[in-house]
Amino acid sequence: MKKSKPRYRAGSIADGQKFMAIPLLLWSIMFILLPLAVVLYNAFLDPSGGFSLDAFRKVFSSDGIYLHLLLSSLWLAVESTLICLLLGYPLAYILSRHASASVMILVFILPMWMNFLLRTYSWLAILGKNGILNSLFSLIGLPGINILNTRPAVVLGMIYNFLPFMVLPIYNSLNKIDPSLIEASGDLGASEGKTFLKVVLPLSIPGVYSGISMVFLPAVTTFVIPSLLGGGKVDMIGNIIESQFLKTNNWAFGSALSLILMVLIFAFMKATSKYNTEENERGGLI
Amino acid sequence: MKKFLSALGAFLSRFYMIIIFIFLYAPIILLMVFSFNEGRSTSVFTGFSLRWYVELFHDSQIMDALYYTVLTAVVSSLVAAVVGTISAIGISRLKGWQRNSMVNVANLPIINPDILTGVSLMLLFILMKMPLGLGTMMIAHITFNIPYVILSVLPHMRQMDPHLYEAAMDLGASPSQAFFKVIIPELMPGIISGTLLAFTMSIDDFIISFFTTGNGISNLSIVVYSMAKRGIKPSINALSTIMFLTVLILLVVVNLIGKSGRKAKKPSRQPVRSLI
Repeated sequence: MKKSKPRYRAGSIADGQKFMAIPLLLWSIMFILLPLAVVLYNAFLDPSGGFSLDAFRKVFSSDGIYLHLLLSSLWLAVESTLICLLLGYPLAYILSRHASASVMILVFILPMWMNFLLRTYSWLAILGKNGILNSLFSLIGLPGINILNTRPAVVLGMIYNFLPFMVLPIYNSLNKIDPSLIEASGDLGASEGKTFLKVVLPLSIPGVYSGISMVFLPAVTTFVIPSLLGGGKVDMIGNIIESQFLKTNNWAFGSALSLILMVLIFAFMKATSKYNTEENERGGLI
Repeated sequence: MKKFLSALGAFLSRFYMIIIFIFLYAPIILLMVFSFNEGRSTSVFTGFSLRWYVELFHDSQIMDALYYTVLTAVVSSLVAAVVGTISAIGISRLKGWQRNSMVNVANLPIINPDILTGVSLMLLFILMKMPLGLGTMMIAHITFNIPYVILSVLPHMRQMDPHLYEAAMDLGASPSQAFFKVIIPELMPGIISGTLLAFTMSIDDFIISFFTTGNGISNLSIVVYSMAKRGIKPSINALSTIMFLTVLILLVVVNLIGKSGRKAKKPSRQPVRSLI
């Protein structure tokens, strides 16, 4: 006869709770992993049902249309991210030192509660040939501009939509800096500029990294902004993927492009992961 | 001189902040102003009228889309709240590679581009011969909402004393009492913020819904996208104005209540996450 066990061991109940992850496991297999497997399968499928590398060959083909498109999408996203960083860091800094910072942040994220397609669409009325901006320009005697349906309009749309994703993580990391560190730096004789460069900036780098990934990732994959503000003239990789599935029905090519996009994103995540601790990943979103 | 410089700095900061705020608010204010326009144009204001607000309630396309948007957001965020909370408890008891791989897989819908999530689910549904429509859109929303709840609940799980559950049982609680009266209340702030986040993600989603719906079932984003080519009906502006003002009023009320309750405490430099 075994020794009578206590009703439970410390931790044994907690161990039993790990089975609560099973529903998630099943759901994830069914609706996350299996769909990705289907994309993978489709990418290597030829129309007759056999194995083929044609889709990938098409992407990297010698005429280079799609490779060029891929690179120009990446470049457009990089450009937008950099401008967001240049605009967003000073703003985050100003906000973090503002007397009523929490109210200002609220005012800052409020626009995100309006449907983003509609907000983006609204730029058409501002940027259009007879739009608000040109009317204002002609009032003060400036020549009109016509950037709608061009690359700059798409970049502007990206900045407009994604700037908060850059500002919030940076603001959070600036906010976490212990004010006594800044005082100490001043007490030890550093000028304000030096304190910023040597204390504040290095401590805010995690926020910068998290902001960069939160802007770059949606920017490189969007097809809505180029489609609304680029008027079909500024295609990004997302637009090509969309049309493969919904217009030309070339699933193999669309799947191949999607997989390439995914690989690029994981490479990017890997490169920036050093700074993306769990805490930072959340920081920006909520 | 020093005084002058700091005054200049303060002026420049304020100026910069106002410029950015104008940039962010211009499209929204424009949209609201033109919801009161008599005519159809979105750049020439011809006169004040409530015409689009009246038409909004007779527009079955928009009203249906509103219904499906809200239905999807409510159901998917509630399902995600339940599944996500249970999963977070489960995950927090896992260790090593099991935990890492579970967290990584569960987070895929957040990390993956929306277009890939949308396309991959669409292909799966077609392969399984599931007709695209409300059901498939709902599954897709639940899938991308679950990780938001998990991410919000996990930190609370970590902060909780691991022996709390056992202590409750030592004090005579049944396992289900210990769970519902001790564990869940501890996690409640995380569950609520995760569910709210999931809800807003679902309300605002376009790309994933766009690929996973069908059969004439559209949410508001899809309606806006399909209208964009022909010109958007100002009724949509009217609807957005109503929704935006509702959120604004709710936020102001919540903040006022919060403030009066916290008056005694020192003004805290709270992180952004407490705001939503």
